[in-house]
Amino acid sequence: MTVLANSAGKGGRVEEGAIARDRNRFVAAATDASLTALIAFGLFLPLIGFETVQNINEVLVLRTRWPFLFSLVAIIGAGRLAYVLVVPPWLARRAARPIAAEPPAWRVAVARWFVPCAIGFVVAYPLMVAWALGLRGSLKWIDNFGIQILIYVMLGWGLNIVVGLAGLLDLGYVAFYAVGAYSYALLATHFGLAFWILLPLAGILASFWGILLGFPVLRLRGDYLAIVTLAFGEIIRMVLINWVALTNGYAGISGIPRPSFFGIPFNADDNGFAAVFGLPFSPIYRTIFLYYIIMALALLTCFVTVRLRRLPVGRAWEALREDEIACRSLGINTTNTKLTAFAMGAMFAGFAGSFFAARQSFISPESFTFLESATILSIVVLGGMGSQLGVAIAAIVMIGGTEITRQLDFLKEIFGPTFDPTQYRMLIVGFAMVVIMVWRPRGLITTRAPSVYLKVRKTIAADLVKEGRG
Amino acid sequence: MSTPLLSVRGVKAYYGRVQALKGVDLDINDGEIVALIGANGAGKSTLMMTVCGDPRAREGTITFAGQDITRLSTHQIARLRLAQAPEGRRIFPRMTVLENLQLGATTADPAGFETNLERVLALFPRVAQRLHQRGGTLSGGEQQMLAIARALMSSPRLLLLDEPSLGLAPLIARQIFDAIRTLNAQEGLTVFLVEQNAFHALRLAHRGYVMVNGLITLSGSGRELLERPEVKAAYLEGGRQRAAH
Repeated sequence: MTVLANSAGKGGRVEEGAIARDRNRFVAAATDASLTALIAFGLFLPLIGFETVQNINEVLVLRTRWPFLFSLVAIIGAGRLAYVLVVPPWLARRAARPIAAEPPAWRVAVARWFVPCAIGFVVAYPLMVAWALGLRGSLKWIDNFGIQILIYVMLGWGLNIVVGLAGLLDLGYVAFYAVGAYSYALLATHFGLAFWILLPLAGILASFWGILLGFPVLRLRGDYLAIVTLAFGEIIRMVLINWVALTNGYAGISGIPRPSFFGIPFNADDNGFAAVFGLPFSPIYRTIFLYYIIMALALLTCFVTVRLRRLPVGRAWEALREDEIACRSLGINTTNTKLTAFAMGAMFAGFAGSFFAARQSFISPESFTFLESATILSIVVLGGMGSQLGVAIAAIVMIGGTEITRQLDFLKEIFGPTFDPTQYRMLIVGFAMVVIMVWRPRGLITTRAPSVYLKVRKTIAADLVKEGRG
Repeated sequence: MSTPLLSVRGVKAYYGRVQALKGVDLDINDGEIVALIGANGAGKSTLMMTVCGDPRAREGTITFAGQDITRLSTHQIARLRLAQAPEGRRIFPRMTVLENLQLGATTADPAGFETNLERVLALFPRVAQRLHQRGGTLSGGEQQMLAIARALMSSPRLLLLDEPSLGLAPLIARQIFDAIRTLNAQEGLTVFLVEQNAFHALRLAHRGYVMVNGLITLSGSGRELLERPEVKAAYLEGGRQRAAH
């Protein structure tokens, strides 16, 4: 009897303790949330609480917006409350969970089959979309989502060689993209050379500029290198703007010839693609063809990078990223290593650039601003430097994300006809970037597959290494 | 006596305007272990780096295996099979141990990679256990072993070791010194060693040099130097007492 009473009393105490703890936790969270709301109120009172408008006499008057202000403050307070109540306990539970020695079977299966399935999907994508939405409806999805994303996947992979593998922070990567685009545009419009001849030529010219940039920055690293490459990107853009005789300045170059299908042009003529293959004419065939070109180019970039990583030059790139002095003392020629990294990265940007010019049929310096370099670099950083898969996923998230915000017209139904979702594009993308960096500070994919194995194959997680190393 | 493997003659080196080496003469013969000892900032590491071409000697000559290497760049010097395990180990932290070793064999004939790897791993069994682990996850002692193993992958004629015992537990330091002794005794590897730990270094070395303020002030066999009162006073047990007053 006493035993029973004892245990009941104990259980009661435990329960009481738990309730008290929960109550304390809630009080603490509520205090935290009210403080947050108070700060939000203080911040937003001048920013949102008041608005200046012109009245009929064209005089500025002050108007208050209390409902808007208070609803915003309430949302922030409630959001903070929910966050404090949910996230720390969840993190604690996750930390307490033991780490399994072997990854679960489904994860192994995903790791094994993800890449083949993804490539299969990318190959089948335009055909699936065309079949599902019809020729007319699928154009946007193949062009804006398919081709646009693949261009950035390719650029990301190209920059990944320079930044991710060789560790050379390049903020002017778009310069090589511009060199490729203008090489194709100028040579094609002036000399009438075909796309397939100019594609390798544009790559070679871009890599030549890559080496040219490489020479003066051989001794630089990190921040200093970043500044010089940034300046280089701007110099190229300024030349494109101001050398009007060659580049036509701001007006750009138009009427750039499009690639043909083994000599068969994509037009409505009798000897055009549709007529030759007995199909009804539609611009979609060209788009699908362009899709497969950029897909092949992107896969080529990836394939070359993966192969190079296993060769001495690729290993030297990675070693250079890790420790330049150690590289030299082991007999690695760091000059050549850096120059090959710049040249390779620039070459793929040159390919992508000439494709871009062929696809758009019009180019101007506005397509090659610093924002482009920043976008490509953030794709590489978000994806996880050095990771091919991570870069591809980051490109899909970043570019696909910006494209999707262009498609959010239904929001006009909710927020009224003056609401323009494209204006919030950069806000949403910026927010997504912050979230990814908080959630995965070293990028989406941080595992690095070793380039050489002895007997057993293994990948090593980044968190085995101290944060910020290397 | 035959010509020395490495000979340093009147070498002066500067960091900007600061003169770090004020005319150093030093010889290392084939098959020897030579230790260079001295206080912090005496220029020991600078001498080692100058031999490797970074910084370059502004005056004087450095000859390795009969070839003047004074004006060669670091990677060219490394290709003459003069290997260095630099100060602070400088392994590649995000690459695996095996990749680190493979990079050590950059200048070596790829055909000999497997045999060389086996030879080096036999010398450092602890490194062999961690082949697929990231370099950065190794302990300090293991990283030092890896740094030496990596340097050995090029089958060097001369191995330069900069402070191999720095920051290591005495037991680990002894393992490393033992490995150096084994290498020298079994393979006849020539070793040039820079050390703060004068006692261990001089006991290990055939010959030693003492460096003060960018100049060699004493030289002799390891045993001789250990007995010298100036060495005792400055670098061995007396050092602490002298510094106190």
